[in-house]
Parts: sequence; C-alpha cells; structure tokens
Amino acid sequence: MSELVRKSAAELGTLIAQGELSSREVTQAHLDQIAQTDSAIHAFLHVDVQGALAQADHADKSRGESNSPLHGVPLALKDVLAQKGVPTTCGSKILEGWRPPYDSTVVAKLKDSGIVILGKTNMDEFAMGSSTENSAYGPTRNPWDTNRIPGGSGGGSAAALAAMQAPLAIGTDTGGSIRQPAAVTGTVGVKPTYGGVSRYGLVAFSSSLDQAGPCARNVLDTALLHQVIAGYDPKDATSINAPVPDVVAAAKRADVRGMKIGVVKELSGDGYEKGVADRFAESLAILESQGAEIIEVSCPNFKFALGAYYLIAPSEASSNLARFDAMRYGLRVGDDGARSAEEVMSLTREAGFGPEVKRRIILGTYALSAGYYEAFYGSAQKVRTLITRDFAAAYEKVDVLVSPTTPTVAFKIGEKSDDPVAMYLSDVATIPVNLAGVASMSLPAGLSEGLPVGFQIIAPAMRDDRLYQVGGALERELHAKWNGPLTNQIPDLQVR
Amino acid sequence: MAGKSRISRDEVARIAALARITLGDDELTHLAGQIDGILDAVAVVQEAAGTDVPAMSHPLEISNVTRPDLIRPSLTPEEALSGAPASEESRFRVPQILGEEA
Repeated sequence: MSELVRKSAAELGTLIAQGELSSREVTQAHLDQIAQTDSAIHAFLHVDVQGALAQADHADKSRGESNSPLHGVPLALKDVLAQKGVPTTCGSKILEGWRPPYDSTVVAKLKDSGIVILGKTNMDEFAMGSSTENSAYGPTRNPWDTNRIPGGSGGGSAAALAAMQAPLAIGTDTGGSIRQPAAVTGTVGVKPTYGGVSRYGLVAFSSSLDQAGPCARNVLDTALLHQVIAGYDPKDATSINAPVPDVVAAAKRADVRGMKIGVVKELSGDGYEKGVADRFAESLAILESQGAEIIEVSCPNFKFALGAYYLIAPSEASSNLARFDAMRYGLRVGDDGARSAEEVMSLTREAGFGPEVKRRIILGTYALSAGYYEAFYGSAQKVRTLITRDFAAAYEKVDVLVSPTTPTVAFKIGEKSDDPVAMYLSDVATIPVNLAGVASMSLPAGLSEGLPVGFQIIAPAMRDDRLYQVGGALERELHAKWNGPLTNQIPDLQVR
Repeated sequence: MAGKSRISRDEVARIAALARITLGDDELTHLAGQIDGILDAVAVVQEAAGTDVPAMSHPLEISNVTRPDLIRPSLTPEEALSGAPASEESRFRVPQILGEEA
C-alpha cells in the first residue's frame, strides 16, 4: 500500500497545489489501492481508469489557474448520480449499461473544482436499503470485517473511504444512507440541509427526502467537499437560493464553548447496544469538558418517524420509479413484436427490479390508492408536521441535537436480508432528520468490540456550519487519543 | 395486528398490476406476507391521524419556479436517443400501444 492513500484530502490538495505531488501520482496510487483491495471489498461498480487519469492530467496542467483546495484530489462517486458517458446503474439491472448524456450538477461542480472522479460506487438498488445487500451486483463488504455490512444505501462510498481507495466520496441520504454507512465504517458523512445541494441529475428515490452530501475520513475534508458541491442551482426547483453556510471556517474553528447541545431522549434506551451507548456518553463528556452545556431534550413524536418514513418514501418512490418504463432508456424485456407496450413494461419491471424495490413500489402504490390514502399517506404527512414541530421546539432551547447514529454496530451480511422490518430499524435515529429537512452529520465516536460506532449531530436548516463546529471539536480530542483517524486502526489495512 | 391480515394476496396482485410489475405466484405469496408485516409496523402513524395539524408534503415552503422562455442549447436527437432500447428515424421505437385488428 502506498503511504499516499492514507493522507487526508486537505493534505493531498496542498501537496498538489505546491507541486510536491502530481494529481496523476495521487490518482494512480488510489487506482492501485482499488485494484489491490476491491476484490475483497467490492466498493466500486465501475472504475473509470482512463477517465480518472485523463482528469488527473488535466488537473496537473491547469494547476496554476485553480484556487480550489481539492484541485487534483480523487473522489468516489455514488452510482446514483449521473456522470456524462460513464455507466450509471443505481445498483439496478434496469439501468445496466446506461451512460447518461449529461452531468448532474454535483458532478459538474466536482469537475469545475478539479476533483478527479475515480469511478462509481456500489449501493442498495435505487438507494433502498441499509446494508448494500440490495445491490443487483452483489453486496459491498465492510473493511473492518468483511463478513459484515458496510451500511447502506451508500455502503460503497463509505467502504471506499475506509479501505483507503479514495480520500473523498459523495453519498446521498434519504433516510440515513450517508450517515449510517459512515457510522458503521468509522468515517464521516453529512446530510446537508434539504435544498442545500442540487438534486439535478440525482436519480430520484423520494424527492422530498433525497439529499446528496459529502463523505470523508475527517471533518475538515468533509467540509471542503461540502463547500464544493453546495449552493443554489436553477436546474433544481427545490434548491435554496441563499448563501452556503461557511462550513470550512466552522470546521477549523471547532469551538463549542458556550454552545447548548441537546441529547434526544427518544433516541436512546431499548435497542441501543451498550457499546454504542458507552461511546456516545464518552463523546458527550468530551464536549462538556470543552465548554458545551449538555441538556436533555424530548422529541415525543419521533416514535412515529419510522412509520411515517416507510409510507412517504415508498409512496414517492412508486411515482418516481414509474419512469423506468422500458421505452426511452434502460432495459427492455419481451419485445417480440406481438406484445403491447404495457406487457413489455410489466415484464421489464419484473426482470429489472429486485425484491426490495418491488416491495416498496407495491407498498407505495397501496398507500396512495383510493380508500387507503388518508389512513396511510395522509396520516404520515401529519406525522411529518409533528416531527418538524418537535425539532423547532428543541431548537428554541439548544443549538444542536445529538444521538448515536445507529442503534448497533455493523451486522453480519445476510442477518436481516429477508426481514424488512428489522432492517428498517437500522435507520430509526437518522430518519427524523430527513422528514424535517434539517442538516446532520455522523462522525466516529470509537469502537465497540472492534467495530465503529457513530455519533450523530443534527443542526437546524441552513445551519450546517454548526455540524462542523461541534464535529470538529469532538474529532480533535478523539484523534489525539487515537493518534489519527479511526480508520487507521482497521486490522487488515495496517501498513506492514 | 397478529392474526388479522391487512392485505390479501389478491389485493397485492391488483396493486402489482396497477404498478405495472408482473409477479409470479411464489413472489406474490412471499410479498403479501411481507407487506402485511410492514403495514403492521407503520400503522402507528394512524395514532396521529386525529391530531388537528396540517399535512406536510415537503420540508420547504416552495412555490412554483419558472425560468425565462429562452432558446438554449439542449441534447441533440442522437444524445437523447443514446440510451434508447430501440429507435428509428430520430424517434423512440416502442411496442404497439393500441390493440391491432386481427
């Protein structure tokens, strides 16, 4: 393993800017690391070797004209974002072989700041899942223990970071798909405020919940990437037309003196493993010792969040995924000249969608159908209001809320794959955030029996800077204790 | 709750037809059981149904967004058709959409 792949994105960016390293050397080192480790991890669905090296050469040539701190630094892109000419599958057979004719706004912004895209990472099909086991192309494995899941849906992006295959990654988070993988792989992930990052070119799962965000192995790198991808985009009607909070300055300031930090009472207790609760309590003690005031806060309607989410997200998905109709792009099955368009559509969707996607489309179609709409979808929408009010009431008392990111550490591959309700519980602490559209980060809090535990911070909408302020402060003390990022402790990746 | 099924196998078949997904017999039976379990778990939201609060469909207060109606560069016909399963004369070629006379 090249020592280069352990460096942070900020360090690599500085060394490239100073001419100490070329983007080509850095990119090649990460491509080599992918080649050496990905047969065991399977973080990538497509490695764009030629494209990445061409982008790196371009970055080396244009170095003098750039003031981007991440110019020339490589990144792993979740396969749910369109990149022109590069296969984009969303982990589904229905999009196998599709090459988008355009760039998503996130990709355009990455390219504009000189970031090199290494390839597309594995995910649960159409981002529906918490383990990456729902990928049509096989699961990703957790670098901490390859018998365990790396979280989902963005397990590929999180595993790529932990396996030192990339110092930066992009994820998307509809109910926890950035934060839960970050938690179980010992990496950092942020779900920005809804509307903070453009959804143009992000293949839609649940449009009122989906949000792309930055992932890395430390808080500052995450902030630097956040700064690149955030901001108003006229191509997304739900994009917020307001300045991006200064997340980089907040990550560097990393000062919690005088801050009020609220512990969500409902996101603890039954179902939360002891190791998870212990690391959470230790992190709180650190923040308190740094001058924050810790206050318990109650959000009584959070108990309805999981139910509301598993009605709203499938309902929106059943509508969004209607676009996969075998007519304009993607798979087409059974077109023998005799069958009707409708028959071809139904056969294609049977062959092209996996079990979880079918389950959610059927559930969503049912929840929206005449006679059930009010009882299911209508009630879920009321819950959404109640949860948003819980957050508003809490933020009258505190600056941020905190909880464990997930109730447990990474579970074993196969353990929950045929029990959807048990799987859904993985996201119990992350889901309320998406329903209200607020901002949230997961960062490593330590290990429980050798596996990573995540600490979740939740800030009000458009106060994403507070995530970095608190996360940066906690990380400073934890990195001092661990002698570097938690991912340096992954057993099989030790430099020998 | 337990014992009382919320959704029957026939109902799942009807919904699958509405969603344009062909399902085999085994898949239908398996799915009906699972959807029933999920509906049991999510029915908790009905406790909130009596509450006098407005429904919320979106986290942002948004109104419709329009842009000036100007001619701008867009995809070429070749690019737009690049992912099509079948095309002909710069158009998507699709299976028959109307029943044909025998």
